[in-house]
Amino acid sequence: MPSYVDPSKCDGCKGGDKTACMYICPNDLMVLNKDEMKAYNQEPDACWECYSCVKICPQGAIAVRGYDDFVPMGGVVHPMRSSDSIMWTVKFRNGNMKRFKFPIRTTAEGAANAYTDVTCDNLDDEKLALEQDLPAPTMLAK
Amino acid sequence: MALPNKPMGELPAVANPEVVEHDVDVLIIGGGMAACGTAFEIKKWAPADLKIKLVDKAAMERSGAVAQGLSAINTYIGENKIENYVKMVRNDLMGVVREDLIYDLGRHVDESVKLFEEWGLPIWKKDEQGENLLGDKPAPTLREGGTPVRTGKWQIMINGESYKCIVAEPAKTALGEENIMERVFIVKLILDKNKENQIAGAVGFSTRENKVHVFRCKTALCACGGAVNIFRPRSTGEGKGRAWYPVWNAGSTYTMCAQVGATLTMMENRFTPARFKDGYGPVGAWFLLFKAKVQNGLGEFYANSDAAAEELAKYMPYGKSAVTPTCLRNHLLLNELKAGRGPIYMATDVALNAFLDERREAGMDEKAVKKFWKHLESEAWEDFLDMSVGQAGLWAGMNIEPEKVGSEIMPTEPYMLGSHSGCCGIWTSGPDEDWVPTVDGPRSHQYKWGYNRMTTVDGLFTAGDGVGASGHKFSSGSHAEGRIVAKQMVKFCRDNADFKPELPKSAQEYADEVYAPVKRYIEHVGASTAANVNPNYCKPSGLMMRLMKATDEYGGGVATYYMTSGKLLNICLDLLRMLREDAELMAAGDLHELMRAWENYHRIWCVETHIRHIEFRKESRYPGFYYRSDYPNLDEENWKAFVNSTFDPKAQEWKCEKVECHNIVETDPWV
Ligand SMILES: Cc1cc2nc3c(=O)[nH]c(=O)nc-3n(C[C@H](O)[C@H](O)[C@H](O)COP(=O)(O)OP(=O)(O)OC[C@H]3O[C@@H](n4cnc5c(N)ncnc54)[C@H](O)[C@@H]3O)c2cc1C
Ligand code: SF4
Ligand code: SF4
Repeated sequence: MPSYVDPSKCDGCKGGDKTACMYICPNDLMVLNKDEMKAYNQEPDACWECYSCVKICPQGAIAVRGYDDFVPMGGVVHPMRSSDSIMWTVKFRNGNMKRFKFPIRTTAEGAANAYTDVTCDNLDDEKLALEQDLPAPTMLAK
Repeated sequence: MALPNKPMGELPAVANPEVVEHDVDVLIIGGGMAACGTAFEIKKWAPADLKIKLVDKAAMERSGAVAQGLSAINTYIGENKIENYVKMVRNDLMGVVREDLIYDLGRHVDESVKLFEEWGLPIWKKDEQGENLLGDKPAPTLREGGTPVRTGKWQIMINGESYKCIVAEPAKTALGEENIMERVFIVKLILDKNKENQIAGAVGFSTRENKVHVFRCKTALCACGGAVNIFRPRSTGEGKGRAWYPVWNAGSTYTMCAQVGATLTMMENRFTPARFKDGYGPVGAWFLLFKAKVQNGLGEFYANSDAAAEELAKYMPYGKSAVTPTCLRNHLLLNELKAGRGPIYMATDVALNAFLDERREAGMDEKAVKKFWKHLESEAWEDFLDMSVGQAGLWAGMNIEPEKVGSEIMPTEPYMLGSHSGCCGIWTSGPDEDWVPTVDGPRSHQYKWGYNRMTTVDGLFTAGDGVGASGHKFSSGSHAEGRIVAKQMVKFCRDNADFKPELPKSAQEYADEVYAPVKRYIEHVGASTAANVNPNYCKPSGLMMRLMKATDEYGGGVATYYMTSGKLLNICLDLLRMLREDAELMAAGDLHELMRAWENYHRIWCVETHIRHIEFRKESRYPGFYYRSDYPNLDEENWKAFVNSTFDPKAQEWKCEKVECHNIVETDPWV
């Protein structure tokens, strides 16, 4: 299911140097055509349909259409992601619809504790930061 | 109309890129689960003046195998014994594993999971009535003793759409944004000019600007995931992007480490998962959470038949355990397909309706059953929507509602990885503790040489998919392993404070090597009117198809139901040799294509190690993943051993050897 960009919605991330879709695609597929100021997927047959670009686009301009070599036309799966949940709409080829909402995060963005104040010193054992004493195996082979 | 002889994409490459040199102590290559563990941990051990850089080909927020999210954490020890985790992994991987590495992982992994939850990852819990609660509902945390929802003995369920974003955030904060370089693809590692067998740096390039980066370092972590698109995929059109493992992991870990002389282990162990056909959606939750079973074309639940039991008995002690090893489950499935009893269906309808009937029998009224169904349906769809949206899209396109009809299951094309249910990778040192066996001989036979997870090359570490003979660590274990490495790299820097890395060639010479495909493109593009067809060069896309055709037809891909032989493997090696030569003739007109060129180069090398290992091992240890027609059986007497291989960068020669495998945890009872 390669991603595609709706030209009526994409604003090229307002001409910024780094568009959101280009920033995020793990496979480096989204690019910006500077003449048109529109993004496109430059290699649809290398798209993992991971939806990272769809979820991040500030204009909601990116969607996914099923791979043409095995997915019948007409089905659509589309997300709306907020800071704490995601809502999926699944539309079937026959017109049926389903909606699902799931939590995605229980803390505010940016709030994850990186424990930057923790410092440790004994480099010569196997204990990691925040860890208590480590066990060694029992039930040993004879 | 413009002629089509222009570079693809939007970022044309130039002949002479800028060259930037970096001097650091620690270089972290990769930004996936393992590297995020390292980034989180390392500054807690490092002196303030230690210079550290992390380089990722993508954006850490969504890079690597967890980009899309996951619906389960597959390794959480919790109430179980770590020794039993070792037994489970050992059995699933047919006996030949490094029990020291597996045990060590088991004792660190839960801490990573507890951190994930603290950072905001929603983990499902059981309420007092034993019902499932989604991860955002009030419940005690794992640290507070909350009960996670177990699907199997080792897995726990999560609402994991944002898993990678959540794990990357504290990794970036801890390391500092100024120490992170995204969109830089590392091409190769470099050994020191003066000190034998010591890592000294790496070279890569930006996929955003015409810049080559040359790094000098004292120690490096190479954690670039596994390898995909090394065998011809079942879909060869648009759908070839829908590989099961992430298409963007191109075997960089194995190739780069092998090229500088790091010993590899168990590269013959590929992973060929059985997944929902075409969409490659996960089946784990269907088997474990929903208790679904597989049916053959005759409607038989063949996996429980007497014939299956008889077949499994051929593979003792592995075949008779309560949980059949993954490869043997594939083996049973393939036997059905080969006998013409396909297609194989996951009976999702039977499984879901059984849940509803169970509730009705327990006296639940229809209204409550309906509510329960809503919940169950949502659980079933979330499994796809969290980690394989494409499968949901396929069901939508095919009008499949899982409560009404089953869905077809099919084994995929083979992948190489060391953190999921496979165990190929690099031979590393275990922890420097008494319980880890002391073995004589060179490092390629030993279990420990001072720095946990260091490869046989001084200063070079790996983690996650990179560490071989220790599968089933998954997302959580890869993170924990990255944390282990962080501390060891700091220790290495402390112990080698005087070491001054020096590269054998000038930065400009490395830059010329990296940009060779661009120079070739610019020099020759005028020789034809269409850039992709040219007598003087080949394009990365075509070369990749050539690679996948060779491995598919001769290396035991889907074309032959994973069957190969010594004769076929040697033909494959010949084809790969020519491919390797022709890889020097790849041309790239823009930065994206330059990355594709180097990915292919990594793929060719890494799949060659795979073929060499299969050729060397004269038995079929993983029936269902691959078969050798000339050695079709499991040969416990002669081959319950590692196959390790080492490339000598000076002599440019490969050596494969058989290495003894030691059991640390009791073998009686076996599981
Ligand atoms: C479909 C699927 C389902 C899975 N399901 C589960 C599950 O349910 N539960 C679970 O716990 N685990 C699951 N896993 C396993 C888990 O994702 C992996 O075990 C884990 O991500 C491995 O971590 P890693 O750091 O080794 O590799 P990755 O996380 O893949 O990271 C690799 C990193 O290397 C970077 N990179 C690659 N090449 C280069 C290069 N040349 N230069 C610079 N950077 C490079 C990539 O951008 C990425 O940042 C699943 C994986 C997949 C693909
Ligand atoms: S993120 Fe959306 S708006 Fe921005 S360039 Fe991409 S498609 Fe256009
Ligand atoms: S769906 Fe994923 S792989 Fe495809 S273009 Fe978007 S971000 Fe890239």
